[in-house]
Amino acid sequence: MNKQLDILIVDDEQVVLDAVNKICSAEGYKVDQSITAEDAIKKIDKNNYRLIISDIMMPDFDGFQFLEEIARKKILSPVIMTTGYSTVENAVKSLYNGAIDFIPKPFTADELISSVSRGLKYLEIQKRLIESKSRIDDASIIYVPCPAKYFRLGYASWAEVENTGSISIGVTDLFIKTIDSINELELLKIDDEIVQGNSCSQIKGKEGLVHYVLSPITGRIIERNEQLLNDTSIIEKDPYFEGWFYRVIPSDSEYEIKHLIPCSSDRL
Amino acid sequence: MFKKIGFKLIVAVGFTAIITIGIFSYFNIQSHSSSLLAEVERSANQLSETVKHSTRYDMLLNQRDRILKIINTIGQQPGIRDVRVLNKVGEIIYSSREDDIGKMVDKKAESCYACHAANKPIERLPIKDRTRIFRIHPDSSRVIGIISPIYNEQSCWSADCHAHTKSQTVLGVLDVTISLDEVDKQIKKGEMEIVIFAITAILALSFIIGFFVKRWVDKPVKELLNATNQVGIGNLNYTIKDKRDDEMGMLARSFNNMTKKLSEARLQLFQSDKMASLGRLAAGVAHEINNPLTGVLTYSSFLLKRAQNNPELQEDLKVIVRETKRSREIVKSLLDFARQSVPKKNEANINDIIEHAISVVENQLAIDRIKLIKNLDPNIPAITVDSNQIQQVILNLLVNAHDAIDKSGGTITISSSKLSLSPYGITHIKKAICPKRHDLMDNEVKIDGMPSIKLKAKANGNEGIVNLDPVYGKSRHIYEIELDAKKEINLMCPQCNSSLIEEGKKCPKCGSPIFNIEIASQGFYEGCTRKGCDWQKWDAVDIDGQKDYIEIKISDTGCGIAKEDLAKIFEPFYSTKGQKGTGLGLAVIWGIIDNHNGTINVESELNKGTTFIIRLPLIRVR
Repeated sequence: MNKQLDILIVDDEQVVLDAVNKICSAEGYKVDQSITAEDAIKKIDKNNYRLIISDIMMPDFDGFQFLEEIARKKILSPVIMTTGYSTVENAVKSLYNGAIDFIPKPFTADELISSVSRGLKYLEIQKRLIESKSRIDDASIIYVPCPAKYFRLGYASWAEVENTGSISIGVTDLFIKTIDSINELELLKIDDEIVQGNSCSQIKGKEGLVHYVLSPITGRIIERNEQLLNDTSIIEKDPYFEGWFYRVIPSDSEYEIKHLIPCSSDRL
Repeated sequence: MFKKIGFKLIVAVGFTAIITIGIFSYFNIQSHSSSLLAEVERSANQLSETVKHSTRYDMLLNQRDRILKIINTIGQQPGIRDVRVLNKVGEIIYSSREDDIGKMVDKKAESCYACHAANKPIERLPIKDRTRIFRIHPDSSRVIGIISPIYNEQSCWSADCHAHTKSQTVLGVLDVTISLDEVDKQIKKGEMEIVIFAITAILALSFIIGFFVKRWVDKPVKELLNATNQVGIGNLNYTIKDKRDDEMGMLARSFNNMTKKLSEARLQLFQSDKMASLGRLAAGVAHEINNPLTGVLTYSSFLLKRAQNNPELQEDLKVIVRETKRSREIVKSLLDFARQSVPKKNEANINDIIEHAISVVENQLAIDRIKLIKNLDPNIPAITVDSNQIQQVILNLLVNAHDAIDKSGGTITISSSKLSLSPYGITHIKKAICPKRHDLMDNEVKIDGMPSIKLKAKANGNEGIVNLDPVYGKSRHIYEIELDAKKEINLMCPQCNSSLIEEGKKCPKCGSPIFNIEIASQGFYEGCTRKGCDWQKWDAVDIDGQKDYIEIKISDTGCGIAKEDLAKIFEPFYSTKGQKGTGLGLAVIWGIIDNHNGTINVESELNKGTTFIIRLPLIRVR
């Protein structure tokens, strides 16, 4: 019995399950739910899910162990992590361990929907990638991976350590692809502090969804790419060079970069 | 009482005095009595010679009446007991006692045996043998007897009386006995005096020693003992009020210093612990509140989306969404407060931060007639800190100093300087990990209040837990099993059993195997496995040599803090300002400094002022 479902939501709080179920069902997704991680693993073995939303703190299973289990089972479904103990460490650790997004509790319906839409899009892109790899003659590029010396937080934002010691940050091509199109961009001001794993920018995509960009690094903004505010298409054309967002003075880059994924590992 | 040092000292001194004064007195008495006796002997000899000479003429003339008269006259003098002249066969011819005349004296009698001891009488008696001291009855007083032999001479045998022939050698003996009653009395008196002197001296010496021992040793020792007991029951604020300059005073001062350091350390630990538990509490609260908030926010925002056609309902829902989002921010800030977030560190100059903080309060200080003195060292290096947080700390301390000074005005002094301290014995291991990245810290077994490093130990079949001291350089490890240096020892991670013994390396001090544990992002920490061996090495820390700190001091001349409050001021919700404060200021300050791996201490005297001392480690760029 191999059912095709859209979303599996795992949380030890019934009210959270109900809320996510209600919102996602209203969006037209087929939703399944588990109140324990053990039950969730059983369901994953049985059914196919396009997306999994999991709590980090659960009585029987740690969310990170859950992530490991999914990686071990070689399940393609992307995982979004969420937790009431919404600390920087939890966010960064989730993304480092393979989750595609992190939504701190409590969240609004729109925040959930935008994250879910990106997650589903992400799966689509991954599937296309596998398909294209099986057809050797297909030379079309699905998305441009980030340059080798860059570091990324999850799949979404990148950071590059510059010679001067400052760090430039931006979003990956894959992230833009999961958004589809950028309608509007909101940037923070110069001298604002940004914190690793916390939102540093808002992008309005199609259907008015607001997507939050999680900063890969902590520091103070010393420069921002004003051009992007006038012409968001620059990001789509050249996300890694011309499409940078901010230049920041990092506060503890040595420590934080350890929790980022080196882009060189994508090319193995 | 008998085990007290003072008593033992007195006994030792008294004993020494008894021996020395006793020996001295003994020889003193000896020489005193022998010189007295010698004197008596000399005068007795003289007397007997006098008798002999004064009777000589009458002897030759055989004037017996006159001889007897002379002898009687001499014999009546005080102290002289008998004067007798014996002839050759032992008959008493003359005597100062009339009834003795004509009696025979036995050869064994005191007067004779000097010559007649051997059966054949000797003819010449040396002068020293002529005297003897004896008692006539065992209970009578002593007497000295002197015998003076009367030798034959030409005038004797040629005298008219023809009593003696030429062939005789000894004609008779003059025997004088003198009572030693007076001399003995004097000797006794002398002895008595010396004994009394000796006893007085010994007693006086003991009393004087006792007095000073009590003053210099007993009292300060009692005070120290009392102080250690006080510290033992946990009163670390107890100080010894002893201003003397000797070793006891030094000991007292070093004791005071120790308790001060101890209480500071305890305060730091206590705060660490408190902040950690507050953090856990806040984390728990945040987690618990965030779940129901998720329900509220998701449902309300979902409703808001669906209420597009109902503007009135939409307005109300917007309020719910807005306020729930506000609650979300409050919970987040609570979490941030408890964790003090991760400091957002930048390279900064402490002096600039201090100047910024001062500029905020400068005007207010001037209005209240408070003088601000700045002793900033312009040469201190830049330091990696969260400038905002450190500025908040300094600002808070300045505001506190301001609040402490009353309307009559006062002075606030702020200074910055650089100082170096050695890492050995100070550096605290906060996170040790096994080769498979398991956390080795044990929150349940604490050494000196800090979580220890938990290891599993295996030695010749035995298995047990070893808890290592988390302070580098101190070896207060806790061993559950005995580890013998000669046997095979294995130390392992309690979770995955990965070995932590360094192969092929031995302790340079005792040759036992050594362990090697990774300290998160601070290199490796090595140490000897043998119990009692304190060899330890932590290259990553040692390589820095002495660690440099930047010290910031903020002193005021305000009302000061009472001793009983001093221990509590860093506690959350503790305030001496009554309704004016929340009691969170110093707790937050403490948390910020702790997050920078620094320390904050306070010194205060009531009505004199308060000084806060902050030390921040300078991390050298390698």
